[in-house]
Amino acid sequence: MLTLVGSDQPGIVAQITHVVYHQGWALGETSMLRLGGNFTIMMMVAGAESNEALEKVMQPVAYRLHLHLHIDEISGGLHQHALPNYQVRVMGSDRVGIVAQVTGILAEADFNILELTSDVAGSADEPVYIMTIQGHSVSELESIEKALSTLDDVDVSVKPIEILFG
Amino acid sequence: MAIREILKIPDERLKRVSEAVEVFDNTLRAFIDELEETRLASPGAIGIAAPQVGHFQRIIIVDVSNMRKPVENHGHMILVNPEITHWDGFELGREGCLSVPDYTGNVIRAEDIHLTAQDQWGETHEYEMTCFEARAIQHEVDHLDGITFLDRLVSRRTDLFQRKVYQKKSKKTEKIKSK
Ligand SMILES: [Zn+2]
Repeated sequence: MLTLVGSDQPGIVAQITHVVYHQGWALGETSMLRLGGNFTIMMMVAGAESNEALEKVMQPVAYRLHLHLHIDEISGGLHQHALPNYQVRVMGSDRVGIVAQVTGILAEADFNILELTSDVAGSADEPVYIMTIQGHSVSELESIEKALSTLDDVDVSVKPIEILFG
Repeated sequence: MAIREILKIPDERLKRVSEAVEVFDNTLRAFIDELEETRLASPGAIGIAAPQVGHFQRIIIVDVSNMRKPVENHGHMILVNPEITHWDGFELGREGCLSVPDYTGNVIRAEDIHLTAQDQWGETHEYEMTCFEARAIQHEVDHLDGITFLDRLVSRRTDLFQRKVYQKKSKKTEKIKSK
């Protein structure tokens, strides 16, 4: 797993993937995100050579783009998608600790978070914090709802995710 | 009868627009049996469209009556020349496809639809459908027009959520006012 983090600028993805490709590494699943002027990309790459070799070819491009480079060996291959069965949406006035509280409760309910995004909407003097979590849990809907109902100053909804195959 | 092979992306034939059925004969009904057999052989498939097996006629089968969590449904439906005549509301949901192995994504669909379709004997029926069943129909009808859910994917960070928030928020403000 190749992870690069730093300030956003045009052409980052093209320059990184150019190096990956031309050095003979195969690119698998990737996830890129921009957040507040920052850039992060995680890429699954596969190749015949060692981690050190990969680091050596990636270091110059990372340096040039002022990105932090991080490489981890992973055992998994492609196509190991975990599918969420619940979506949790939390909304409330923006205050500290919402994320920690919600995710803490979910962890106790054996809820494995697969995707989490949060954003602030509303006006500047009345900001509203919105967090959307998709994840997997073997717990019943009611027990997850009950656990989250202890948070009384935010609006929480839990919805089962039924994936359509057709 | 036989199980047919399902076309998978990037097969260009999945982009072909299917033609209306005009003759309702035993050949049509024999094909529908094969289409159903193919659907049943695909675990978890709540629907299938004829072009997914390389047969370019406007025929779909949908059955959401056996969901883990029961949903509103019309049972098992064979829909020939289906036409959506009315759309209302929108809802985000996750979809996968027999023609797109090992991949799911979020798609916006109408929440409620009206549908006109013929059965395997040529008789016309009208349906009103909602939520999951309506989503299934829209997914399958798209196949008849050469469209897969990949053509309708939305970003995970969609502003759909934010639109809903504004509604909620105004309700909340009212609540506070009335206190
Ligand atoms: Zn499909």
